[in-house]
Amino acid sequence: MGDIVDKTCKQTPDYSLCLSLLRSDPRSSSADTVGLGLILVDKIKALGTETLGQINMAYKTKPMLKKPLDECNLRYKTIVDVDVHTAIIAIRGNPKFAEGAIVDAGVEASVCEGGFPKGQSPITGLTQKMNKICDVTRAIVRMLL
Amino acid sequence: MASSESLLPVSSQQDPLSDSRCDSIPESRRRRPIKVHLAIYSGFLLIALYVTLIITHGGSAPKNDVNDDTTVESRARLAGVSEKSNDHIWNLSNDLKGEAFAWNNTVLSWQRTAFHFQPEKNWMNDPNGPLFYKGWYHFFYQYNPNAAVWGDIVWGHAVSKDLIHWLYLPFAMVPDQWYDANGVWTGSATFLDDGSIVMLYTGSTDKFVQVQNLAYPEDPKDPLLLKWTKFSGNPVLVPPPGIGAKDFRDPTTAWKTSDGKWRITIGSKINRTGISLIYDTTDFKTYEKHETLLHQVPNTGMWECVDFYPVSKTKDKGLDTSVNGLDVKHIIKASMDDTRIDHYAIGTYYDSNATWVPDNPSIDVGISTGLRYDYGKFYASKTFYDQHKGRRILWGWIGESDSEAADVQKGWSSVQGIPRTVALDTKTGKNLVQWPVKEIESLRLGRKKFHMKVEPGTVVPVDVGPAAQLDIEAEFKIKKDDLEVVFGDDSVEDDKEFSCETSGGATVRGALGPFGFSVLADQSLSEQTQVYFYVTKGKDSKLKTFFCTDTSRSTMANDVVKPVYGSFVPVLKGEKLTMRILVDHSIIEGFGQGGRTCITSRVYPTKAIYGATRLFLFNNAIDATITASFKVWQMNSAFIHPFSANDLGVPSST
Repeated sequence: MGDIVDKTCKQTPDYSLCLSLLRSDPRSSSADTVGLGLILVDKIKALGTETLGQINMAYKTKPMLKKPLDECNLRYKTIVDVDVHTAIIAIRGNPKFAEGAIVDAGVEASVCEGGFPKGQSPITGLTQKMNKICDVTRAIVRMLL
Repeated sequence: MASSESLLPVSSQQDPLSDSRCDSIPESRRRRPIKVHLAIYSGFLLIALYVTLIITHGGSAPKNDVNDDTTVESRARLAGVSEKSNDHIWNLSNDLKGEAFAWNNTVLSWQRTAFHFQPEKNWMNDPNGPLFYKGWYHFFYQYNPNAAVWGDIVWGHAVSKDLIHWLYLPFAMVPDQWYDANGVWTGSATFLDDGSIVMLYTGSTDKFVQVQNLAYPEDPKDPLLLKWTKFSGNPVLVPPPGIGAKDFRDPTTAWKTSDGKWRITIGSKINRTGISLIYDTTDFKTYEKHETLLHQVPNTGMWECVDFYPVSKTKDKGLDTSVNGLDVKHIIKASMDDTRIDHYAIGTYYDSNATWVPDNPSIDVGISTGLRYDYGKFYASKTFYDQHKGRRILWGWIGESDSEAADVQKGWSSVQGIPRTVALDTKTGKNLVQWPVKEIESLRLGRKKFHMKVEPGTVVPVDVGPAAQLDIEAEFKIKKDDLEVVFGDDSVEDDKEFSCETSGGATVRGALGPFGFSVLADQSLSEQTQVYFYVTKGKDSKLKTFFCTDTSRSTMANDVVKPVYGSFVPVLKGEKLTMRILVDHSIIEGFGQGGRTCITSRVYPTKAIYGATRLFLFNNAIDATITASFKVWQMNSAFIHPFSANDLGVPSST
């Protein structure tokens, strides 16, 4: 017997990540699929904000990476200000637009990461986490289509 | 085959970055087929391959051995498979190596189209309520007044005398009622018997429930239909029992039943079965829901933007939505929410019980191998009957294939396709044909005619001057002797199962293809989009033709979706291969075989822009020499602008 969180997470590409993200939010125990999706979009926003902080710090510690850091700044601002906002309003009304926004968040993160010379990204761990969370969130949003 | 041609593109010893390129060809030879040294062309193809490898391998140099060909093909196949099933599918882990292209305003502003409908800024999606009234074509559209992403949706409005020269008008409807507070969504117009207009549209209520609402022009004497009144009794339809609150949208134009009632259909789903609900009405205010459905197809998911209309079996003119009879078939079209693909099927409509049966159930509405209006980027499409010229016109929403960061930076997102006439293909009876409305020819400036014989493995520059706004009409013939050799030669294998999307794109060579045009290319072909035919030889010695568009090398940028699109195209005995291409900056519309197979794509070159844009003709077949006869027109801008008093009394340009 599994609750809705368990059942939902089983249908995503990363069951354990999904569980840990959702269970860390008390709202998940009484949420429907839309609610679970919104919790994950919140996580995307939080992670994006954290990454922007890291990017800011990296300007000082790794000034030679200014160009890719600038690109990452733009890309992560898009995630936090644009993708997250679109996902939130669309997930309730027209979920395919939320799916597009979440997929885009993953793209922005990957493009940012790809701009650093090999091995020099100060945010690789965060980028990988963003991609994984986006994959899981997307799977949940697709359940609403 | 012993000749070195067959070893192209990988085993040539030519340095891929050598300087010997097309631009060294003297001008005086430009109108004849130019056969330059083989090595130069292998250089081209290697450049193309090299660029592909850079993009997929993150900069590692290509190895010069025969295995590269298969490696590229299988990677392309993986990308093709994942992109085929859903727009914007990204393999998020590995594919985006290499520097992101830092979009700047110069490159971004080039992307705006010259003659496709788009608002001055911000986001647009579905076409709504198209109609012709008192001398004007009206076009409404889903629009976000506040951002270059979806949200805050209103009905934008524009008018035109000729479906090409559009004039922006104020918004027709905004979310000012509880029943459309979260969005004034898609709808359709119906003309009543007295010539008056009713509009049905979906509202997303303050609680995000999808309901249908009635609106009509505030002043029917106003030819511009500036103001719209929402019926005081809205909503007129709410989700019925058994239908989800968010699975009920996009009402169609109504048609008359033999009882004299009006009938509409609305797409929905039950579990994973896509369905189309049926309602009858006499006044558009109260409705009777049928217990039965117009149609349903399992495993197709939610049906959005359903469209339902008659087509003549024998004439290529359009029919009013209410027409029925022996000479008529009916089309059901739906936009598949799961895959973002528009599908249609041809069938028979039974008015007495409001059901429809497909001619060919194996390619029923929504089946992935079924028919599509367009094999590229094309969604939420809608037709209307143009009573002014007796034709049925198709509108389609063409979204972006780039990142939201770029959309926000450039300040806009999405265009509409050029309106197309749509009719049953009276020669095959099995598919529709679409063609850009004739009025678009009023944009043609000048014309150049070409007749070129193109040997296998050749790329030919086509000198047309500026190459970002073009109309190309072309006819191709495969040299008869080559066809006979290919068929007669048992050592030339039958092509294994070919598909535009998964067979590796335009650099993968077959006996009889690919050949066509490289548009939006730069001089060195480091960026190009190929629109081409690929002819295969089947086991039964029958030729099978495919029409494809390869965007995989359209740009150096790596934050853009770059699929290979396309499909089989019917070619009947005695027909030459024909294609038409409309090039308009970041949109390309290709029409194969008179519009039997259509492909719309979005591309975002970084180098092949402004004065650097070029056009090439190519023949990448191994065995066949191609003769191409074609005309290229420069296309003028449509100068789409806000309506002003000066625009009244402007004569139509047709």
